[in-house]
Amino acid sequence: MPAEAIISSEQLYRLMYRIRRFEETVLDNFSKGVFYGTTHTCLGQEADAVGVIQNLAHDDIVFSNHRCHGHFLAYGGEARALFAELMGKANGVCGGRGGSQHLHWRNFYSNGVQGGIVPVATGMALAEKRKGSQAVTAVFLGDGTLGEGVVYEALNIASLWQAPVLYVVEDNCIAQTTPTADGVAGSLPGRFQAFDIPVDELETSDVLEILPVAGKLIAEVRSESSPRALILHTHRFGPHSKGDDTRQPEEVAQLRQERDPLTIQASRLEVGARKEIEAQVENEIFEAFQSAMNDPFPTLVKEPVI
Amino acid sequence: MTTVLESLNSALHQALSQDARVLIIGEDILDPYGGAFKVTRGLSQAFPERILSTPISEAGFTGVATGMALRGLRPVVEIMFGDFLTLSADQIVNHAAKFRWMYNDQVRVPMVIRTPMGGRRGYGPTHSQTLEKLFLGVPGLRVLAPCALGDPGKLLLKAILEDDDPVLFIENKLLYLKQIQDPQNDPEFVIQERLPDRPSGQATAGENSASYAPVYTLTLRGAPEARLTLVAYGYMVELARQAAIRLAYEHEVFVEIVAPTQIAPTESEALVASVARTGRLLTVEEGTYTAGWGAEMIARASEATGRQSLVARRVAALDLPVPASAALEEVVLPGVEQIVETSLRTVQIR
Repeated sequence: MPAEAIISSEQLYRLMYRIRRFEETVLDNFSKGVFYGTTHTCLGQEADAVGVIQNLAHDDIVFSNHRCHGHFLAYGGEARALFAELMGKANGVCGGRGGSQHLHWRNFYSNGVQGGIVPVATGMALAEKRKGSQAVTAVFLGDGTLGEGVVYEALNIASLWQAPVLYVVEDNCIAQTTPTADGVAGSLPGRFQAFDIPVDELETSDVLEILPVAGKLIAEVRSESSPRALILHTHRFGPHSKGDDTRQPEEVAQLRQERDPLTIQASRLEVGARKEIEAQVENEIFEAFQSAMNDPFPTLVKEPVI
Repeated sequence: MTTVLESLNSALHQALSQDARVLIIGEDILDPYGGAFKVTRGLSQAFPERILSTPISEAGFTGVATGMALRGLRPVVEIMFGDFLTLSADQIVNHAAKFRWMYNDQVRVPMVIRTPMGGRRGYGPTHSQTLEKLFLGVPGLRVLAPCALGDPGKLLLKAILEDDDPVLFIENKLLYLKQIQDPQNDPEFVIQERLPDRPSGQATAGENSASYAPVYTLTLRGAPEARLTLVAYGYMVELARQAAIRLAYEHEVFVEIVAPTQIAPTESEALVASVARTGRLLTVEEGTYTAGWGAEMIARASEATGRQSLVARRVAALDLPVPASAALEEVVLPGVEQIVETSLRTVQIR
């Protein structure tokens, strides 16, 4: 699906702005006690989610990680259902059982343990290949996940068995508090090249740069029925979780100024059109949040032990 | 005559021929080698496309199988030695067993992980363990362990074809060459076989409320009322039978043996019924003593009993690694002698 041909600049901005406002609403309201548990927002990484997932077809599969809200929304998931899930409500994506990191809807899955999703996604791709479905599986991992050994077991198997899977590494330069340079030795692309998995690498926050490269790789995964990898060097504007950012505020402020995917995309829009999109998304997110607030909490009948 | 090994091998052949979604995944399982214990022998000749010989990556291929199960296949994973299950633990605990519930019952994960466990072969500390106790009480994971009674292959076949949740299937190595025993026609014991009701919370809509994993209750033919319940699974059922015969003929102490084939989630109905008759319980397991399956059995029996106190003891491996030397292995692992001695002490407690 040649995505750049069918999606407008306005639509791309709308998708990324929706993720931005969702995540900001989450962080704002966590401190007010509306949400329960924890969360990992993807502020600053919106172009990765939209740039990759816009290229996927209806039956394709996405497996995401702890930082999954942007991927879920880019996939087409409802903001209301995700807010409700974060609130632990019955009408949440997983009825409140999963919470922020554990989502499943249609062909979207996420899990909160680092690395383990990589072989699972590889197995999904192999299952689709056996079924002859032509579906592509895209799995998102972060720079920190590259420390997990099971990732390399999965890459080895994917290459040996030619799994139709796209590995997307979002290198946001920091794993919780550990800079990538302190956690990842050697070469990022070399990790994939060692297994003969073709890899592309982008240093950008521009969704228009990510879209065609991801589109090319996804088309190759589908046509060749074999694995590909995409490394996206990006930046996280928010904390790892909630209020646990160890970086200097000036450093983050500079990143926001230089690498904001929304600023980049906004420059391509008429001011009027941009403001209209923002007002619409603002309203949509507000309504979704209010609706989730009114959802009931789930119940669980506790069975007796004996 | 059929051995446990032949029964399991035949079940894998049947599963592959009856359901095109079944795949076998594991290390060195291709013919002519046919797997380290030969349970997969002949499969790759008959079904070359569906027998996937893997690199040495237990976590990786357990995860791959989980992904396949999520997308509609029915993979069967072989972990060459049960000791290596620790390598797959994250995949089992945090992925395969968790997906169904954490995704609000929107998915099922129909996969079976088979693995040989147990010692007395001199394989030493990392190839002789009985580690399934580490996987008991993992929500969403069924743990089955056949003994030589009944039809171990049928149990495996049902797990592969009919169970839509992940199953850990434990095969004691010493059982492989044992002849399977017809419970209806046992020369020494009267054997009751029943399918327990699924424990509360296990049955979901559309599912049978009865389990497919039988539990056996054994009493010596012609023996008077039993004074002690032995509970054991897997190969330890064999040792419990030998001990029961010695207790009867040498000491005139009569026991009944309860032998479940599902060890998680706990099915304690038959155990509770037996303990209600005998009032005394001895648990017999090959895993280490501390925090083992036996402790759970005693707790369940104790919670269910109306008696003021339950007299209970445990026979298990010493809290040590399994040594390579046969002389040391004999001391560390529980044997018939220890079951007899502990039984005698248990019936004497007032």
